[in-house]
Amino acid sequence: MRIEVDPDRCAGSGMCALTDPEVFDQSDDDGTVVLLNPTPTGHEREAREAAHLCPAGAIKVIE
Amino acid sequence: MTETLYPELPTTRSSPLDPPAELGVLRETEPISRLAFPDGTLGWLVTSHALAREVLADNRFSNRAELQHSPIRAGGKPIPQQPPAKPGMFINMDGQEHAKYRRLLTGQFTVRRMNQLIPRIEAIVRDHLADVRAQGPGVDLVEAFALPVPSMVICELLGVSYEERESFQRNTKALFTLTKEFAEIRAAFERIEDFVADLVRRKHDEPGDDMLTGLIQTGELTDEEVANMGLLLLVAGHETTANMLGIGTLTLLGHPEQLAALKADPSLIDNTVEELMRYLSIVQFGASRVALEDVELGGVTVKAGEPVSISVMAANRDPAKFDRPEEFDIHRPATGHVAFGHGVHQCLGQQLARIEMRVGFNALFREFPDLRLAVPASEVPMRDDMAIYGVHKLPVTFS
Repeated sequence: MRIEVDPDRCAGSGMCALTDPEVFDQSDDDGTVVLLNPTPTGHEREAREAAHLCPAGAIKVIE
Repeated sequence: MTETLYPELPTTRSSPLDPPAELGVLRETEPISRLAFPDGTLGWLVTSHALAREVLADNRFSNRAELQHSPIRAGGKPIPQQPPAKPGMFINMDGQEHAKYRRLLTGQFTVRRMNQLIPRIEAIVRDHLADVRAQGPGVDLVEAFALPVPSMVICELLGVSYEERESFQRNTKALFTLTKEFAEIRAAFERIEDFVADLVRRKHDEPGDDMLTGLIQTGELTDEEVANMGLLLLVAGHETTANMLGIGTLTLLGHPEQLAALKADPSLIDNTVEELMRYLSIVQFGASRVALEDVELGGVTVKAGEPVSISVMAANRDPAKFDRPEEFDIHRPATGHVAFGHGVHQCLGQQLARIEMRVGFNALFREFPDLRLAVPASEVPMRDDMAIYGVHKLPVTFS
């Protein structure tokens, strides 16, 4: 599984950082998504949940 | 598809913590149905979770102020259409214009930033619980705790002084009162506008360690833009969390087994807060959008210009998304609710709201382990007459 994020789409809701802080963070400047680990082994469920919860559709999970 | 025309948005509840029953019937039969809006415009009502998410995430549906038609009345009369959003009032903007303003704030509301506020929020909660104790049994928990805590937090964040808070609170309340005529609501709004504009002018001379000062110092915004952004945060940060603390307490007191489980294991608070958000859905008549072009949605064509009222209450009780949705259950997976909205306008302050609720509920039940209502539950006055649902008062007792 691989994750891709699009900071241009991100609205900074923080749902990803809340769902899995080991995979997602937020930039201090503008709060947009920062991907800490694009291939998060052992965090697949959380990553899918984060993608589902992202209100702006800024997170893609490629299986 | 046969189209039934609903002459008005169902708003009458038969049970205080449940949405109007007609919404559930609609969700089963016509999750997107024809709705007549009070100003005579024909639009749509969305009641399913899937369609609610679809509309809210689709930028072909606009949140621009001047396009909206309100699904509810003020003082019994249709609410007139609004002028375009003033500079900085980004909730009522679309696309890049909206994104430009929102980006300037999102860094201030990250999960990390909000977690750093926990000690300060704990102190504010502790002080107000001491007030509750001092006032003694029979105290109104709304007045002594639920309203002042989030009010003080957002005022501190923005740099509104404590002395100015009361008049500000009174005007904010007027803003959400549906029994008032629109002119009165407008007047209250203008008083808040003047107040914030004056505050921004003063921040030039007396900069503080607050968000308004921070926005001024970006050098990217006019004073009018800063004032309107501040206004939006102040208003949004006030009544919403306050009402969740009030009606959330009522809900927990009404479910003693779940409350006992939470008291026994305070780590359940994160999920309890999500479930309270889902179950109560206090933005009781929202959200709303307007189609910018013809859009196929749930088997119908929403025509350009038609308003869509999205029932957050109905979406959050959708059995297709949540198992046994009518039950309040702090153990269920409750994430994925749309109580904070969805799409690019999803609540900017949601992480702050979560922390205020987590800290607030846990401290309340830790400090007052035998907290209970001082009146029968049926006598708690519910906010049927307000845009944000909740309780007007919550008299409680304790030993």
